[in-house]
Amino acid sequence: MIAESGHYALVLALALALIQSIVPIVGARWRDAALMNVARSTALAQLLFVAASFAALVTLHVTSDFSVANVFENSHSLKPLLYKITGVWGNHEGSMLLWVSILALFGGLVAAFGNNLPLSLRAHVLAVQAWVATAFYLFILITSNPFLRIANPPIEGRDLNPVLQDIGLAVHPPMLYLGYVGFSISFSFAVAALLEGRIDAAWARWVRPWTLMAWIFLTLGIAMGSYWAYYELGWGGWWFWDPVENASLMPWLAGTALLHSALVMEKRNALKVWTVLLSILTFSLSLLGTFLVRSGVLTSVHAFATDPTRGVFILLILFVFIGGSLSLYAWRAPALKQGGLFAPISREGALVLNNLLLTTACATVFIGTLYPLALEVLTGEKISVGAPFFNFTFAPLFVPLLLAVPFGPLLAWKRGDLLGAAQRLMVAGIVALVAIALVFAWTYGGATLAPLAIGLAAFVIMGALCDLAERIALFRIPLSLSLRRARGLPRATWGTAFAHAGLGIALIGIVCETTWNSEYIGSMKPDDIARVAGYELRLDGLSPRQGPNFREMVAQFTVSRDGEKVSVMTPSKRNFTTRGASTTEAALLTRGASQLYISLGDTTADGAIAVRIYHKPLVLMIWWGPVLMAFGGLLSLSDRRLRVGAPKPAKAAARALQAAE
Amino acid sequence: MTLWFVFALMTVAAIFAVLWPLSRRGRADAGGSEVVVYRDQLAEIDRDMAAGIIGAAEADAARVEISRRLLAAADQSGRDVPVTGSITLRRAAAVVALVGLPVIASSFYLALGSPRLGDFPLAERSRVADANQPLTNLVAQVEAHLEKNPTDGRGWTVLAPVLSRLGRYDDAVRAYRNAITYAGDSADRRADLGEALMGSAGGVVTADAKAEFERAVALNGDDAKANYFLGLAAEQDGRKADAAALWQKMLAKGPSDAPWRPLVQAALVRVGGTVPAGVSAPGGASAPALPDSAMAAAKDMSEADRSTMIKGMVDRLATRLKTNGDDVEGWLRLVRAYLVMGERDKAMSALADARQAVANDADRLRQLNEGLKNLGLDG
Repeated sequence: MIAESGHYALVLALALALIQSIVPIVGARWRDAALMNVARSTALAQLLFVAASFAALVTLHVTSDFSVANVFENSHSLKPLLYKITGVWGNHEGSMLLWVSILALFGGLVAAFGNNLPLSLRAHVLAVQAWVATAFYLFILITSNPFLRIANPPIEGRDLNPVLQDIGLAVHPPMLYLGYVGFSISFSFAVAALLEGRIDAAWARWVRPWTLMAWIFLTLGIAMGSYWAYYELGWGGWWFWDPVENASLMPWLAGTALLHSALVMEKRNALKVWTVLLSILTFSLSLLGTFLVRSGVLTSVHAFATDPTRGVFILLILFVFIGGSLSLYAWRAPALKQGGLFAPISREGALVLNNLLLTTACATVFIGTLYPLALEVLTGEKISVGAPFFNFTFAPLFVPLLLAVPFGPLLAWKRGDLLGAAQRLMVAGIVALVAIALVFAWTYGGATLAPLAIGLAAFVIMGALCDLAERIALFRIPLSLSLRRARGLPRATWGTAFAHAGLGIALIGIVCETTWNSEYIGSMKPDDIARVAGYELRLDGLSPRQGPNFREMVAQFTVSRDGEKVSVMTPSKRNFTTRGASTTEAALLTRGASQLYISLGDTTADGAIAVRIYHKPLVLMIWWGPVLMAFGGLLSLSDRRLRVGAPKPAKAAARALQAAE
Repeated sequence: MTLWFVFALMTVAAIFAVLWPLSRRGRADAGGSEVVVYRDQLAEIDRDMAAGIIGAAEADAARVEISRRLLAAADQSGRDVPVTGSITLRRAAAVVALVGLPVIASSFYLALGSPRLGDFPLAERSRVADANQPLTNLVAQVEAHLEKNPTDGRGWTVLAPVLSRLGRYDDAVRAYRNAITYAGDSADRRADLGEALMGSAGGVVTADAKAEFERAVALNGDDAKANYFLGLAAEQDGRKADAAALWQKMLAKGPSDAPWRPLVQAALVRVGGTVPAGVSAPGGASAPALPDSAMAAAKDMSEADRSTMIKGMVDRLATRLKTNGDDVEGWLRLVRAYLVMGERDKAMSALADARQAVANDADRLRQLNEGLKNLGLDG
């Protein structure tokens, strides 16, 4: 009964979504308040039914009901409870159900908290949200139904892919989906604005926080995924420029641009049309990511199954929504009212530069990801676009972006003073130069670009601090006054500083890890000693161990430095009998921000075991950076004040202003 | 019945969600408007200035800007007079909810759902064993036991042949390997392992399977199963004379009442060998056309299923070779498979493809030609 009720709840959600896609639009057309309000109650009811459906699937997984094909294929009665639950979205059908659940959640949130939105705008937004939902409900029910049954249920399931049996699965996909799907809100707002033919102030006031929320989740989701790949796959790599990773990076880049342009729009009423376009592009890239991952175009750990009908269906959804929204944009955007004016050198101008660089970076990733696919489809030729391409195109775009980051917050709205900003960044520049000199002297004869990159990172971090110091007039007024001013600063300002500093911190981690990474790869017998980066690692021995649904071979290493014992590390190799697969569980030892990393290979006939030992200096900063960015975002989100950007008043001789778009 | 009752309740809840807003008098202005936002912004500027975040000059400039927008917005909203809705439209929407919603939901559900199936949570099922599938249940129990006690050699020995009979060849291979590791090596187990390997390769004696049969023969020269399959390997390689010699030796040495005699005799006749003197010819052609006990083991499969399965495997191999033609072993296996299936034309065209694929590599070409010679095709 649970299975069938869950199935029926999903079908009802589809029916409600269909009504929600049509009735409110009709209501808005005839200006009927009651019809427009249908959007609200149907969105809430839809959320209720999808949540029930999702809860049903979770229950089925937890109780190991193998009469449900999805449970049989992806679960096992001996799996620990946590993985029984996370296994719900560790497969194609379940993860699509999670996708629509989150979509319904966002729809429900707009319905519940959208009281201060104009009625027709809310009706349009929820209707567009329902269009997306309808498409995905149909996709799930027709091509990837998680509630299909087996008449003669087998007694045991096939187990979940062992690589996915990790705490990472509990965090990474829900975070990522909250990010991907969160951008559907700004998409719905954009399409609603185009349908209505006007963008009002309430529009901007709403889009920024929703975009920010999606962006926070996406940032954390990507960082979490990267860390998971780092410790689970056993290669010590944290970013592979794999198409699936790029699929999540593209919405992030576009979303970051959107975040900044939405800010300009809310504060200054400018960049309206551009914000609408970015909203459409960001969600389109999220959909593209879904297509790349879910259609089986790419074979990787993310593509749980390959099925041509699914691919064609998602491609169809992609065409309808991206093509439809872009055509609508081309048709209706010229009718939208143009925004405010500003000088090229101003806070707005800096944000436009940020947008240009981010979207260009996004475009290069787009080309690098899709060109090989397109080429294979058209000519059958297989090429691989790897790290070198991205390093040569992505890095040169990010260097000017990072150089410009500290300048942005220091420029005034409407018309800024570049020289003045540069003067205030003098300290940051000096610190950066000193950092370059120090690193260069310390690693004399080593890499030449690395010290420069470290200097750039120092500049970004110090720039963020300079902005704060400037605002609280540090050292210019008594310290107690400065502290009081610091407390009075809007949380959004603190958020900006944290997020920008996070960029610099991540950059330091990336540069250190890639430049000064040291490794030992070889085979070791018990009592052998390996020396890596000043540490001595002694292999004490190997011992077998029985887990709940796997066997593992655990190696014990004693780590010492200068003769003193530091710690014990126990990497292992796990064998999962049901799937006949094995995974490598790397052992990590954290020392400050650096890590020692051991992963095991195969045992040889003479009792030796292949080991890979890495010392990764400051590697954790790679993930601290994004976490700091997300924290900054959270601070900004918690700031419930209205955003008003006070312009710098014009001097006697007004400079020529330029149109925003 | 309870299920339909639950469905009915859910449908009513969904319909109610649509009807509820329709039944209420639409308030003229339920939502916020642009004017409100601008008023809030003006208030915000006063607060910011009081807190010292912006200077007086900036605040004035901002106030001028926002006031200008406020005026425009007030102008606009004055013209947007809210209209009260029409009853006809609301009635139409109500009908859609009352009729359309149940129709959509039931038509989708009846096409996709299985309302007759109850739940089968594992906890309930292990108490009441499913009488329909005693063997499967037993296997699952043994497997669960072995998951926890992986070194139980006897368990693996019992499980392996059952898996093989169920057609789960890959699992059977692993079970036999474990049985050999934990319960000791023997000719029988090696031969059975080889047979399971054959099964997973769709009846072709692969190099791995052949190696196992050879090990079995090394342990016990008279092992009938291993000898028979080594003969079959020779036949599939095209060395019919070798196959005949092997089988003739088996018939000559084996006991006269051995159960495998008719099978071996039929195989011998197939490769054109003569049955040794003193041995009676097989009574009737009862032996299978494809002398493949691994296939015979999967006796639940219909003839059509079986040939589809083999065809599928061969097709996959052919596709793989189309994209990666360097695999000489693969080409030989493909040609051999076509020969076994009796499709000589396809074998010949595969042969031509193989030559073309490795034409640029002298080493591989030589290897291919030698392999083909072994298959009994011209070099």
